[in-house]
Amino acid sequence: MTTQTIKIVAVAIAMVVLALLVPRSGNFVVLLATRAMTFAILAMSLDILLGFTGLASLGQAAYFGMGAYLAAILVAKYHVGLGWDFWLVVVLGILCGAALAAFFGLFAMRATGTYFLMITLALGQCIWGLAYRWSSMTGGDNGLNLGARPDFGLNLSDPIVYFYLVFAFFGASLLLLYLLVRSPFGLTLMGIRERELRMQILGYNTWLHKYVAFIIAGAFGGLSGVLWAYTNGIVTPETVVLTTSVDALLMTVLGGAGTLIGGAIGAAIVFGLREYLSTLVPWWQYVLGAIYVMTILYLPTGLMGIPARVRQYLRSNREQAKKKLVSVPS
Amino acid sequence: MSIDQTDEAVPALELRSLAKSFGGLKATRDVTFRVMPGDRKAIIGPNGAGKTTLFNLITGIYPVTSGQIFLFGNDVTKWRSHQRTALGMARTFQVTSLFPKLTVLDNVLLAINGLQPSKFVMWRPLASYRSTYDKAHSLLERASFLDRKDVEVRNLSHGEQRQLEIVLGLASDPKILLLDEPAAGLSSGESTEMAHFLIKLPRDLAILLIEHDMDVVFDVCAEISVLHFGELLETGTPEQIKKSQRVQEIYLGTG
Repeated sequence: MTTQTIKIVAVAIAMVVLALLVPRSGNFVVLLATRAMTFAILAMSLDILLGFTGLASLGQAAYFGMGAYLAAILVAKYHVGLGWDFWLVVVLGILCGAALAAFFGLFAMRATGTYFLMITLALGQCIWGLAYRWSSMTGGDNGLNLGARPDFGLNLSDPIVYFYLVFAFFGASLLLLYLLVRSPFGLTLMGIRERELRMQILGYNTWLHKYVAFIIAGAFGGLSGVLWAYTNGIVTPETVVLTTSVDALLMTVLGGAGTLIGGAIGAAIVFGLREYLSTLVPWWQYVLGAIYVMTILYLPTGLMGIPARVRQYLRSNREQAKKKLVSVPS
Repeated sequence: MSIDQTDEAVPALELRSLAKSFGGLKATRDVTFRVMPGDRKAIIGPNGAGKTTLFNLITGIYPVTSGQIFLFGNDVTKWRSHQRTALGMARTFQVTSLFPKLTVLDNVLLAINGLQPSKFVMWRPLASYRSTYDKAHSLLERASFLDRKDVEVRNLSHGEQRQLEIVLGLASDPKILLLDEPAAGLSSGESTEMAHFLIKLPRDLAILLIEHDMDVVFDVCAEISVLHFGELLETGTPEQIKKSQRVQEIYLGTG
């Protein structure tokens, strides 16, 4: 078996375990897992940009917020999205996330590296400003309440039913994004990450590829936002604040950028640790911060990079042992 | 296609009074030059003569200051890089420009797919494209790289990376290939190997070569032009260039 097959099997087993184990673990764990999976979709969407295309975005919360506010506004103001039209809200959330990314991408794609980071940060803050100031639509600082969750035969107010729904969305997103990164288009993104100039000389319109990737990331960001709104039942400017973008970025880096599943692992760890640590010590944020710093310093490839590092370590050990054997007789 | 007034074949590449300035520095001055299909030409010149700048103008990395560039009869002066490539042009780089963290096979696949419409497909695994894989295999076989196809490029030796540069250049089936110092940093044995590899390339492929290694140039090319301070000074056969007084002056500084 290749390492790739092993990874796929491991992820599949983990998914089955997740689906079987979590619903038996009490309502709190169910809610926590649901939240982590919503954020995992956001982190994976960011990984398409950060890990595969080499674009560090600090504005992914904008599309997340777009989806979340869209759902909240439709439910709270227009009473759309509490029955079968839940699916309409999901589709609209994806489309609006993509549309916003298509608009923002026109500005952001002009820059690379740190400048790309700064532009996406600024654009993300525009959305936060809008959420905060446009009180008549967004409820300002108070945010919007969704009230109940949809009921269309499936009653999503039941935490376990809702968990399975989000699980399905998470699984589908993982599958679609995996298909994307293994496709010819996915390889072009990695080529752009490695050396954009060469890609242009090989005949690729690299701007277009990056732009499309940006829109796809926005679409999945929109989806995760819609799910977040239904999960929490309330959407406030906190949802779109810079911290959300940073969280998504850190989850991706913690799990391992450019691995897709790394974002999901990072989300699970951050949500788990946050809940667990905050019951233990009041200064839990420092612990989380220390973990982030240690990851970036000592494990830049993230948790998913550990097996490769171990292999490399073992190989270099073997080689050194060999050298010793050779050098002893002389 | 633009209308060609004469009955002659259309040049693969034609430069008309091409010039490029970086601020006050004139890196390219009034270069007029033709490469016909199947030609093997070289441009030589001391360091800083503007050879790589000329390539960057031809491939669209830099905008030109004045003059025109024609590829197969099309005025491509204002075109972007990928559009020029689509006409059948490929280039390699003096400083190795591969995709270091991808495997040899992925590098070649990217090079093949550059001009394929399937490069936008995102719902079908790349591994299911049989013909692309077959082509990658035959390219790697010809360059005897097949045994190393799953090695990440950053783990190859410098000489291997130089060869892979050219394999990537050939992957899009170009009609004109621009080689920017293919033998840069190679040992003399390796550059002989490189020269043999270049000689064996199909005869209908036009090659424009920039090189410091005179052995490679004399082996591969039938006509050599000398570039000095961005200007074309002299053009001739390898014998003429070897004997030329001016070329000696430029290179050895006996002027």
